[in-house]
Amino acid sequence: MEHMPNLTFEEHDFTCQPGETVLDTLLRENCDIPNGCRQGVCQSCLMRSLDNAPSASAQLGLKDTLQQQNYFLACLCRPEQNMTIELPNQQGAWIEANVVKKQLLSPDILRLVLEYETEFHFFAGQFINLKRPDGLIRSYSIANIPHHENILEFHIRRLPAGQFSTWVHDELEIGMELTISQAQGSCHYLPGRAEQPLLLVGTGSGLAPLWGIVTDALVKGHSGPIYLYHGSRDPDGLYLEDEMREMAMEFENFQYTPCLSGDTMAADYARGRAHDVALSSAHSFKGWRVYLCGHPEMVNQTRKMAYLKGASLNDIYADAFHVASIEK
Amino acid sequence: MSATVDTTVNETLFDKIGGAPAVNAAVDIFYRKVLLDYRINRFFENTDMDTQMAKQKAFLTMAFGGPNNYTGTDMRNAHAQFIKMGLDDSHFDAVMEHLGATLEELNVPPELIAEVAAIAESTRNDVLNR
Ligand SMILES: Cc1cc2nc3c(=O)[nH]c(=O)nc-3n(C[C@H](O)[C@H](O)[C@H](O)COP(=O)(O)OP(=O)(O)OC[C@H]3O[C@@H](n4cnc5c(N)ncnc54)[C@H](O)[C@@H]3O)c2cc1C
Ligand code: HEM
Ligand code: FES
Repeated sequence: MEHMPNLTFEEHDFTCQPGETVLDTLLRENCDIPNGCRQGVCQSCLMRSLDNAPSASAQLGLKDTLQQQNYFLACLCRPEQNMTIELPNQQGAWIEANVVKKQLLSPDILRLVLEYETEFHFFAGQFINLKRPDGLIRSYSIANIPHHENILEFHIRRLPAGQFSTWVHDELEIGMELTISQAQGSCHYLPGRAEQPLLLVGTGSGLAPLWGIVTDALVKGHSGPIYLYHGSRDPDGLYLEDEMREMAMEFENFQYTPCLSGDTMAADYARGRAHDVALSSAHSFKGWRVYLCGHPEMVNQTRKMAYLKGASLNDIYADAFHVASIEK
Repeated sequence: MSATVDTTVNETLFDKIGGAPAVNAAVDIFYRKVLLDYRINRFFENTDMDTQMAKQKAFLTMAFGGPNNYTGTDMRNAHAQFIKMGLDDSHFDAVMEHLGATLEELNVPPELIAEVAAIAESTRNDVLNR
């Protein structure tokens, strides 16, 4: 007979049912554990084992420093042995921020600007978890670079019946307060190798982190060519076009290619899906740095293709905008 | 553990090749070759890239004579599902080919490549479940 491992959390013992993740077990026992994607992406369910080490597969994507301290993602961890676990020291982990601006960039993409007062470190392109007053959490990517005004910019796409996104679009008001996590993820620009060609591909609101990354790269003096492909089915899904074209005029090494995959024929747009257009633009991506953001399928497919066409996996940075699946 | 000045005498194969950094460099080249090879890439189709990369690292670490906990039974279990898909000597030979070519690309000296090949070769019967 198989032995079911025990979890000790806040001085209670819980038994894992077959196939359950740590997150499943704790939620079933009505423990209050932050969580978002339940697919190991957003890292909001970060926990730490105080005794037995979690399996390596529950630590995928965590910084090596955290891995060493037995941090793991509760939604990925199917325990093989008993563990005593705790939530990470939350001191300073969540901060408050105020809504200072809401602006529609396209029929369904909203620019949300928050202002924070506490010290906050981030790179453009990283994402943070936004928490609604009732506790609902979703991840959104940061579209701006840090500056003295202490603001964060997000591009939030309205999903039909999407709980968080429709709430942001319809109900969130200027002046209201939101809780935000620390900036996370490794999808951001790093100085060094300034002459490396950069390829950036995004669909929909995936432009948010890419716009931030391009700005950051240019500000930090990236000298190699930078190619940005932004894709949508129809022109309504593309946004910030004028800003992008202006930036392309100003910086000789920056090239912007909006792509339309639908039936619309229009001058100034490439025809086809952004990643197809991007991948066929060069013979080899050996030595390139690649950034991919947006639709998970696009991100995964393009990651593989860019790798097969020569890009080193260490040079491919990706944020798949996983949408939490509905609970069964 | 004691610090030694002269490491050439008892350096392991794994150290000579370059240890973990060498595995990281090799996996990028090796895995691309495997995925582009129509003879064998069907075995690698249905797993996500991060998981696959981690397993390829395990494979290379083992072939480079590095630390690993794999037994013959583990090798049999890991590849059993592929036997059902028709895994045979020809596929094994293809993997050996890519392993050698990868190390050549990384300018590993021929005598070390031969040692790596011998380690990988020694798993043939387990991998092919014989
Ligand atoms: C790392 C990361 C970064 C992200 N960054 C951003 C960002 O910068 N901007 C952004 O807008 N989003 C981003 N997302 C996605 C975001 O976190 C939310 O998942 C998204 O806003 C939906 O949340 P919701 O509560 O509105 O929808 P939910 O209430 O969670 O419901 C989503 C429902 O919509 C359905 N659905 C999924 N896709 C579609 C579709 N295309 N059309 C119609 N229905 C659909 C799903 O089946 C699901 O049932 C990011 C996600 C991750 C993991
Ligand atoms: C040359 C000798 C070989 C050795 C030493 C070897 C070793 C390994 C190791 C250590 C793993 C990881 C196992 C785990 O931790 O789950 C693995 C996985 C794998 N091997 Fe091999 N392997 C060899 C040959 C092959 C061949 C010839 C093929 C097919 C062409 C193959 C296909 C795979 C696949 C697809 C996986 C991933 C399995 C999974 O995702 O679960 N291997 N191998
Ligand atoms: S990483 Fe576990 S809930 Fe998102």
